[in-house]
Amino acid sequence: MSEALLDVRNLSVDFHTARGTVHAVKNVSWSVNRGETLAILGESGSGKSVSASAVMNILDMPPAQIVGGEILFDGQDLLKISYETHRALNGKKIAMIFQDPLSHLNPVYTVGWQIVEMMTAHGRPADKARQRALELIGRVGIADPEQALHKYPHQFSGGQRQRLMIAMALMLKPDILIADEPTTALDVTIQAEVLALLKELQLETGMAMVLITHDLGVVAEIADRVVVMSKGEIVEQGTPREVYHNAQHPYTRQLIGAAPGKGEIKLLEAAAPVLLETKKLCKTYGEFTALKDVSLVLHRGQTLAVVGESGSGKSTLARAILRLENPDSGEALWKGQDLIGMNARELLGVRRQIQMVFQDPTQSLNPRMSVYQLISEGWDIHPIMPDHAQRRERVAELLLQVGLEPDHAQRYPHQFSGGQRQRIAIARALALEPELIICDEAVSALDVSIQAQVIALLEEVRARLGISFLFIAHDLGVVRDFADTVIVMKAGEIVERGATRQIFEAPQHDYTRRLLAANLDPDPDIQAQRRLAGAHP
Amino acid sequence: MSDLSLTKPNNPATQRGFTIFLAMLWRDKLAFISALVLVLVVLCALVGPALLGDLATNQNLRGRNSPPFDMTRGWAFFLGGDSLGRPMLARLIVAARSTMMVAAGAVATALIVGATLGLVAGYMGKNISQAIMRLADVIMSFPSLLLAVVVLYVLGPSIPNMILVLAITRIPIYLRTTRAEVLEVRERMFVQAAVVMGASHGRIIVRHVLPVVAPTLVTIATLDFAFVMLAESSLSFLGIGIQPPDITWGLMVSQGRPYLTTAWWLALWPGVCIVITTLALNLLSNWMRIALDPAQRWRLEARSTTDV
Repeated sequence: MSEALLDVRNLSVDFHTARGTVHAVKNVSWSVNRGETLAILGESGSGKSVSASAVMNILDMPPAQIVGGEILFDGQDLLKISYETHRALNGKKIAMIFQDPLSHLNPVYTVGWQIVEMMTAHGRPADKARQRALELIGRVGIADPEQALHKYPHQFSGGQRQRLMIAMALMLKPDILIADEPTTALDVTIQAEVLALLKELQLETGMAMVLITHDLGVVAEIADRVVVMSKGEIVEQGTPREVYHNAQHPYTRQLIGAAPGKGEIKLLEAAAPVLLETKKLCKTYGEFTALKDVSLVLHRGQTLAVVGESGSGKSTLARAILRLENPDSGEALWKGQDLIGMNARELLGVRRQIQMVFQDPTQSLNPRMSVYQLISEGWDIHPIMPDHAQRRERVAELLLQVGLEPDHAQRYPHQFSGGQRQRIAIARALALEPELIICDEAVSALDVSIQAQVIALLEEVRARLGISFLFIAHDLGVVRDFADTVIVMKAGEIVERGATRQIFEAPQHDYTRRLLAANLDPDPDIQAQRRLAGAHP
Repeated sequence: MSDLSLTKPNNPATQRGFTIFLAMLWRDKLAFISALVLVLVVLCALVGPALLGDLATNQNLRGRNSPPFDMTRGWAFFLGGDSLGRPMLARLIVAARSTMMVAAGAVATALIVGATLGLVAGYMGKNISQAIMRLADVIMSFPSLLLAVVVLYVLGPSIPNMILVLAITRIPIYLRTTRAEVLEVRERMFVQAAVVMGASHGRIIVRHVLPVVAPTLVTIATLDFAFVMLAESSLSFLGIGIQPPDITWGLMVSQGRPYLTTAWWLALWPGVCIVITTLALNLLSNWMRIALDPAQRWRLEARSTTDV
């Protein structure tokens, strides 16, 4: 067996919590060589980040404890060396980039200062460091490097910040780059660009890359080898092609099956009466145009998807319809009545009919209320269920309907997983018997397999109760299986609209095509074909 | 039948809730002791003056500054006698009432008024907020002692007036803290979810904002308790606070000050009472913060805590 550059052998890590010991990582082994990209694939809680954190020595160690195994870097066991030696290796030989570059850049220092610090901290002269910083910032594709050095992190967009993080990581020409979900927080088109950049840089420097991700598409695009983790164990490994076409473990198969965008596209049903219609909605914040002449029509019982990248105005649209924000001009007609002109009393009546499911259930559920209180709160406001005994029954019924247990009613949100919390949020929306549910990125914070379950739940609710959906998403794949019609937004404007099939099979606008192309397919073969065809921008 | 089914599950539920509460208190031994201490202090305040009122005011010049831990003069002199030969122990117990009345009254008034104004200032529009905040600035920039001297001189020194003065000077602290927290909390997603549901402003403030802000306020209030007790003693020292023969712990500290070198017990015992009471309040509020937070409560429910 040839000596790998980084070799993790039989690593086991425990977390000691008040509820007992959790075996976060059990007997995990993986290795990576120069010039190679290893992807560690897994959902949240699978322990995929833990082994990488152990390599970097950034595990919090009272709660965590490394109980066994070794991490060999160039033949040296990283678990046995002193803290000081490790510090010298970190950044210099092994570098890491993180999911959210905003929280990993210090907001009070200029970007230039922070990048240069990376080298001066390892004892290099400042002028040399500055020169290398300029060179690298140019290399990662940021215009005007000289200017960029003097700017602060908030002055860059998310994609640019991730590029800066990459530049920072590469300052000392590391042998290994560990990337923890590097593109999860980014828009699809930006994600494609960042992945392409990483690939190029790897070819240039010959470094090894360890990519931690939950996204099969990213694996298909960039990885040479992949290990699939579930509940702290490696359940499968091999090349992306082998794993995708020949998955052995049931978990891997489930993961591949859950990837969105493979189902039958629905055909638009015969036109039902119009439920919601907006006419030329406009909203500006100072110089920034959030909405520009947005007009849309939603029929009863149908699902309208609004797709766009961050800053495209899709959330502002939802907020304007819900009157959380007042548009500058335009109309929003709910069954023919204008929502924008309504007074508080009229609005209260409509509030019950339009419900919303938010992106992050951790934040949209009051942490101090029990599930029963959360679901039944709407009945205190709208007098549709005055009898308390009946309420208990109805809450139990709703919990069953969204796939939870009736006795969960006495628990609090923090006792549930992310997917379960989103189910509670859906039950809360259903409690008021609405006619329209607006989902603002309702599934984008969830793991793929949970995402599939939640969408199936929404689909079922729609079929059974005839509720219409306005479904806001940044991910075209999710929308494909669920929507009747799709609207694509860019910079506050609708650039394309049409039946789902038409958008996916015959996109008219350039931007729609770019979005479709940037959407990574979980199948490595298709992804390879696309690369050859040069579909990437 | 339906009547039964409605009331029946309710009653045992509240009773069980109380037992769980006691069990959680028992789990945190320090908080449990604190609760006992506070119950004792409150009992002293309630029945002390009626039982020991005469004993505490009777002068006994032969027992002037008699040293503590001496049982020859009876149990009342166990903690010594003061400069007029009155038993310290009895005086401490009797003083608990006016001390607690002033401190609790001032803190509660400041807390309620400050928190209400803060909630309004944080939640409502800019104009109301501006008006309330400038009012708070005026109070804060005015020397509190000067304000107290003026008000108490005009209205005359009495317990209600003391409460009024001390409360006014402490209001801005609660007001500013509440407003700052409300500004942050009202942007949270669950508040917006409540708006979408159609909740009224009152409901959002009471059900969604206040429970998040309350633990901070309770913590500040307990810290404030000690401050108010001492502020009251300095006012009494200036002769515009509680007047003898009424006594408070703070007044006893300042009366004992001249004898510090010869009879230390005159100032020490009331000082110890103030410290113990505030400490108990602090520990209890710390416990309450955990017990009232559903996400933290498991720390008190867990059988064995293996905190490092």
